Amino acid sequence: MAEIFWGTIWPLVLLIVYILVIVVPLLVAVAYLTYAERKVIGGMQLRQGPMFVGPYGLLQPLADGVKLFFKETVIPSRANKGVFLIAPMITFILALIGWAVIPFGDGLVLADINVGILYLFAVSSLGVYGIIMAGWASNSRYAFLGALRSSAQMISYEIAMGMIIISVLLTAGSLNLSEIVRAQAEQGWYLFWHFPMFMIFLVAILAETNRLPFDLPEDEASLVTGYNVEYSSMTFALFFLGEYANMILMSAMATILFLGGWLPPFEVAPFTWIPGPIWFILKVCVILFVYIWARATLPRYRYDQLMRLGWKVLLPISFGWLVLTAGVLVAFDLVPG
Amino acid sequence: MQVDQLARTVLWEELVRGFSLTLRYLFRRKVTLNYPYEKGPLSPRFRGEHALRRYPNGEERCIACKLCEAICPAQAITIESEPRPDGSRRTTRYDIDMTKCIYCGFCEEACPVDAIVEGPNFEFAAETREELFYTKEKLLENGERWEREIAMRLEADAPYR
Repeated sequence: MAEIFWGTIWPLVLLIVYILVIVVPLLVAVAYLTYAERKVIGGMQLRQGPMFVGPYGLLQPLADGVKLFFKETVIPSRANKGVFLIAPMITFILALIGWAVIPFGDGLVLADINVGILYLFAVSSLGVYGIIMAGWASNSRYAFLGALRSSAQMISYEIAMGMIIISVLLTAGSLNLSEIVRAQAEQGWYLFWHFPMFMIFLVAILAETNRLPFDLPEDEASLVTGYNVEYSSMTFALFFLGEYANMILMSAMATILFLGGWLPPFEVAPFTWIPGPIWFILKVCVILFVYIWARATLPRYRYDQLMRLGWKVLLPISFGWLVLTAGVLVAFDLVPG
Repeated sequence: MQVDQLARTVLWEELVRGFSLTLRYLFRRKVTLNYPYEKGPLSPRFRGEHALRRYPNGEERCIACKLCEAICPAQAITIESEPRPDGSRRTTRYDIDMTKCIYCGFCEEACPVDAIVEGPNFEFAAETREELFYTKEKLLENGERWEREIAMRLEADAPYR
């Protein structure tokens, strides 16, 4: 009996606790990301943002959540009910399971798998399914057009992202996210070695998560609001949470690939006192700020411009950089591993 | 492509300028007025909710001349009058349909005795239409409530009349 408990049940309980330790703060972070977004964009437009619910409007995300929770879930009569309800769940679940491989600190990772970056990339690519299922099942023109745009856009920018990731993992010599961070401890952050790729990666993750200036799938002017137009209440909330959790996931990915994950910026006394996870969170916050900052600054792209940028600018540059990286590594005999 | 233009494109010059502008705005003083708690300044000529005033001795100012009723472009004012036992002419009915009123201020311009005025109050939203059909009692009550402000504003505006 004790064997079964210590051998099977206890590890399972521990695992669930670990997952909750990741997911619960993540959901709180998602809620407060919406608050931060409204505050920062408000600030940049000389407004104050939410001010009335709680001190400085700090309880606004809770109020929003409660409001969404108590609304009615409307299912369009012509919608495909099953797919219609599964789509937001898929989006939300995919935004969460990516976190399994994210190292928050040295060894602080749920699943330290060898193909972490590949897993992350696969999960973010699967995100398309939630959106296209939502658009298809809604049986509505706007939702369908939004889903089409979204899937085309995400696939286009994933290719450029893939090339960038290959450059990074060539330099690090590993697909394991923790190993990539440890490689940066020795070689210096890849922000410096791969600076143009870092900038392109920022652009690509904006497009990947359908954020401004690439939020054509949710273009309210031409598509009402895109793939989620028929959704209400918690089904909408799941899309919303999924989108913001994805933003944080992508920021974490950029942090690990380019900003040295949990590493402090300088290996000297005051910086090394602060624990790794704090550095990790700070770096993620910086990238999230850039996300919001871009939304406050840039107007929306036209669709053909979006495709041109993805295929004719970012893809050739990232290809070129990949060849250059590989060439330099071979020529100077620096290939790791 | 010119070399400097190429350099600008490659260095994202326009993006850097745009982003730095929005970042500077983030640290500027906000212009928000937290409305129910903070309010903007009002001109003495502000034309808000109507009020019927009284003389300091408590007598109604309105002499039922019906100039306001005549000039009202929205025909929102209805007046009926009768001579009192003491021979003075006063209104028996003075209604303003606030849903018709366009807040042009002609009534207070027309009034020879400063009886009907538009006060500084603009927060008189109601939940039913009927509540916005103001009667003489309601208007006189407004006059009592807002007399201090109305008098101050009339005095402040007097030199420009």
